Amino acid sequence: MKFLQIAKKDLLAEFRTKQMLNSMVIFALLVIVIFSFAFGNDATIYIPNLKKKIIDILAPGMLWIAFTFAGMLGLSRSFAGEKEEGCLDGLKLCPVDRSDIYNGKVLSNAVLMFLMEIATLPIFIVLFSYDIKNLPGLILVIILGTFGFIFVGTLLSALTVNTRTREILLPVILFPVLIPVILSAVTATATMLANGDISDISGELQILAVYDIIFFVVAQMVFEYTIED
Amino acid sequence: MLKKIVYAMTAALILISVYIDFFIAPVPINPGQAAGDPNNFKIFYFHLPIAISAYLSFFIVFISSILYLRKKEQKWDIVSLAAAEVGVVFALLTLITGSIWGRSAWNAYWVSWDVRLNTSLILFLIYISYLMIRQAVEEPEKRARLSAVFGIIGFISVPISFLSVRFYSRMHPCVVGPCPSGEGGGIGGVVLYYLLANFAAYFLLTATLILLKIDNEKLKEKVNDVKRNNNL
Repeated sequence: MKFLQIAKKDLLAEFRTKQMLNSMVIFALLVIVIFSFAFGNDATIYIPNLKKKIIDILAPGMLWIAFTFAGMLGLSRSFAGEKEEGCLDGLKLCPVDRSDIYNGKVLSNAVLMFLMEIATLPIFIVLFSYDIKNLPGLILVIILGTFGFIFVGTLLSALTVNTRTREILLPVILFPVLIPVILSAVTATATMLANGDISDISGELQILAVYDIIFFVVAQMVFEYTIED
Repeated sequence: MLKKIVYAMTAALILISVYIDFFIAPVPINPGQAAGDPNNFKIFYFHLPIAISAYLSFFIVFISSILYLRKKEQKWDIVSLAAAEVGVVFALLTLITGSIWGRSAWNAYWVSWDVRLNTSLILFLIYISYLMIRQAVEEPEKRARLSAVFGIIGFISVPISFLSVRFYSRMHPCVVGPCPSGEGGGIGGVVLYYLLANFAAYFLLTATLILLKIDNEKLKEKVNDVKRNNNL
């Protein structure tokens, strides 16, 4: 299981300083807080037809924007660090398949992103006084959405690490490809926060699962071309 | 020689189809079902071929990206670039013509919840990103390889986007094929022939533009070769 070794190396390096993890968590919290200020006081008005407050309609979107932007920070770190000391060449020299490098990076990015989400989600719930009725459903949605983000994001960050404008290019090329994940995750999160059943979101879960599987398989095949010289 | 024939046919067909669209063709919809002034539906004659041409160009990008990664020949990269540029222009035209029709029919340039509008917008954005990747890399081999990878990923995400947006309600008119509210009955007779003429015209236009762009890129390669040989 060579990709576990690569993931372990990345996580060890990260946990020595915890620098990127701290930045991600604080950034996600800041995004949520800033959005709640930006929507203003009138957002707490209750709309009887929809049985919700305005802020409840907007909140799932905010959560996923926070996760996406903070995740983007983590993704750009994952390959940028390798580029500096020629570490990517070292990885390529290892007796592993190129797709194992991808799997290891995916695993380490996933661990960091889940840690960030575990830190952010309780604050989000407290800030908007939610009363989650379906916690396992919410966790399932967040897991599927995060994996979708990470599968595509790791591949595209390997792609952009070789370009000139890597910092701005990664968000620009990642967002259009990520739209199915964000759409489905936001609607599914909204349903889960508003006490739905799992069966209500079966469509969205199917889309997320299909997206994850397709992009995982495609990335296995295509990753070696992104890090070739 | 073949190319000149294609260019000439394109020119002729485009002129003929513009004449048909504006002067001869009937309104291609039952006036009872039209939203707004029924005459505005004549945009269907060129909006549909332009949209299909855009999707076709992006499919060409997908295929030539795969072929480039398999064979590493520069010509497939040139085909990808040409098809992506032409496709972006046609996608932008689809959005613009659709917005103009929408202003007339629904009194709004854009609705934020319809499947086709969102899928077209996502398609446009993905291929703008493709062109941005090409701009950000200088070495030709690396640029070809990275943009081929993104060409594959971008095309795969389009059907998934289509499926994911379809949960929203539909406002874009449905003319051909199985439609939820029983509107479309297919098109027949004279309308079909005019529509096919337009299809031929716009497909040939796409082919012409792609061929011209490929020639352009090959000339650029030659110029670079000459520069390198003479150490300019």
